[in-house]
Amino acid sequence: MKKVRLVALGLATTLALASLAGCQSKSETDTKQGTDTNTDTSTDSSANAGGETYVIGGIGPLTGDAASYGISVKQGAEIAIKEINDAGGVKVGDKTLQLSLKFEDDQATPDKAVTAYNSLMDSKMDALLGAVTSGSCLAVANLAQEDDILMLTPSGSAQDITKNTNVFRLCFTDPLQGETMAEHMITDLKFKNVAVIYKNSDEYSTGVYEAFAKKVAELGGTITTAEAFADGEDFNTQLTSIKGTDAEAIFAPIYYGDASHIVTQAADLSMTLPFFGSDGWDGILDTVTDKATVEGATFLSPFFSGDKAAADFVTKYNEAYKATPDQFAADGYDGVYVIKAALEKAASTKTADLVKAMTEISVDGLTGEKISFTEDGEPQKAAKFIKIVNGEYTAE
Amino acid sequence: MGILQNILEQFINGLRSGSIYALIALGYTMVYGIAKMINFAHGDIIMVGAYALYVGLSILHLPAILAILLSLVVCTIFGVVIERVAYKPLRSAPPLAVLITAIGVSFLLQSVSLLIFGATPIPQESIVKFAGIKIGGLSISGITVVTLIVTTICMISLTWFIQKTKMGSAMRAVAEDKGAAELMGIDVNKTISLTFAIGSALASIAGILYVCQYQSLKPTLGAMPGIKAFVAAVLGGIGSVPGAMLGGIILGLIESLSKAYISTELSDAIVFGILVLVLLIKPSGLLGKIRKEKV
Repeated sequence: MKKVRLVALGLATTLALASLAGCQSKSETDTKQGTDTNTDTSTDSSANAGGETYVIGGIGPLTGDAASYGISVKQGAEIAIKEINDAGGVKVGDKTLQLSLKFEDDQATPDKAVTAYNSLMDSKMDALLGAVTSGSCLAVANLAQEDDILMLTPSGSAQDITKNTNVFRLCFTDPLQGETMAEHMITDLKFKNVAVIYKNSDEYSTGVYEAFAKKVAELGGTITTAEAFADGEDFNTQLTSIKGTDAEAIFAPIYYGDASHIVTQAADLSMTLPFFGSDGWDGILDTVTDKATVEGATFLSPFFSGDKAAADFVTKYNEAYKATPDQFAADGYDGVYVIKAALEKAASTKTADLVKAMTEISVDGLTGEKISFTEDGEPQKAAKFIKIVNGEYTAE
Repeated sequence: MGILQNILEQFINGLRSGSIYALIALGYTMVYGIAKMINFAHGDIIMVGAYALYVGLSILHLPAILAILLSLVVCTIFGVVIERVAYKPLRSAPPLAVLITAIGVSFLLQSVSLLIFGATPIPQESIVKFAGIKIGGLSISGITVVTLIVTTICMISLTWFIQKTKMGSAMRAVAEDKGAAELMGIDVNKTISLTFAIGSALASIAGILYVCQYQSLKPTLGAMPGIKAFVAAVLGGIGSVPGAMLGGIILGLIESLSKAYISTELSDAIVFGILVLVLLIKPSGLLGKIRKEKV
């Protein structure tokens, strides 16, 4: 009996402390998940048609809760690399380089991202296309600076990622997403009262939420309640609290895994409030069991597969992977072309030259026309709203 | 929307998660009562039950009732086999060795399911098609109604089984004094196997309810409910069947109400803080009996 009590007390205090501290990124259980699946998921898609090879490293979740993002980025990038190599490679100064992609799984956890980064450095990575998720980007950003490597994250949106001079991003920042969505909901759709559910253990989610809250207040709207969660799959309490307010819509700046739990449980509670999300919602149609639960939800995305300009890419992607590309696939694809443009502009593979070239290029990509980058590493392009209508993504 | 109605709804949320904790806690408490060990692999039996249901429904395309049966049978077999293979040889070993073995079994189960099913969460549609009920402005979801009914039935029948049947008496006797029970002609090994079988069947029901509620499976899904239920069992007094039920429901209510009215961030801290308090004031748990350690 005594022993049990001791064990129980010990466990209880540790757990209490742990929950007080609020874990930084992902839960311990999630980290535990993959210890054994860390099989070699790197892929080598070099065309090796003679000449030198320029190795682009990729880091992103290929398994785990956010797997869809990493897989999409990887597949999008593979298509771009194949196109470029088939067309003869990249002309850098007087040399022509072939591109190759090595992609490592990080399960969207910062500690695994560092491992993935080190193993990419061992395989002589020249530039980093990644990481895919914000937490992982923050974990490797300083390493990339120490090693003097150009880092371009296709989709890491936390504000701080680009604070190093060698880091650029292709997607919108968290604050920009929050502000854009606030304007859309308050100014365009004339909602007065909105509720928020956000993940307070995640930089991405809190970043979007804070900017959203500020902008909503500026525009004269009210946030009836901001419900936080740290982890787990039970959102009944948060949803019931929202039900008790006079909110007209729910904004949930989170990833699609959590979002699919939330919409399912909201339907169970017979809630009919419209949902609005950030770009993390992309991919949700594949994870909900009943598509009716996400009907009418709107989220931000830089890419829509129904666009005419994307038709060629969508066909190729479909042939290769039997799937419709999402924004992450487009991000991966554009990312490779941005690196190519920088290499050509710089006429050099030196990181300092590439970084300088990044601010001078303008790329017509799938995620925007004439994408250019500021010295702070931020992209300049326009946003699209995607709405789920009849169980399909449609451009609003 | 009245505040009162909101409180009621949060109360029902708490009752729902609490009754699932109670269901799992019963497994911990029964095994502890009889085998004097903490079966940390119990939480992962929930996961086994959830995946068995998924295999039945989505891979073998069985009707719901057969898939439920499959899940129950698989879990029961797992429970009994784990006891035979991992715990029985250690029956006279020090408690710490058994505890570590249990944790090992837990990791084994998680890793095997990770190997078979992968880390990516698998969506699985609920088998509860019932839309829920509305009382006044109060709406209760179908899965909540089903959960409350199923867990109540389980708890009543378990209490009846332990109190009124011969096998139940045997279980109580073994819990009281293993040596004396053996002398009275009770087959202790069989009774322990039976306890594991019942505990695992209850865990399988918890797993099925989990799938219906969250409609998604991952290999670690049993870890957190398992820990929470263990806390519930200790809170109620480990070894006591009514204690596990009470502990589970109290835990669920505290969790839900503190999430709703105090702070989502602090809810776990509050839950475990209360456990620490209870253990300090009443070390044997709410309904636990103080027993002298035998020397």
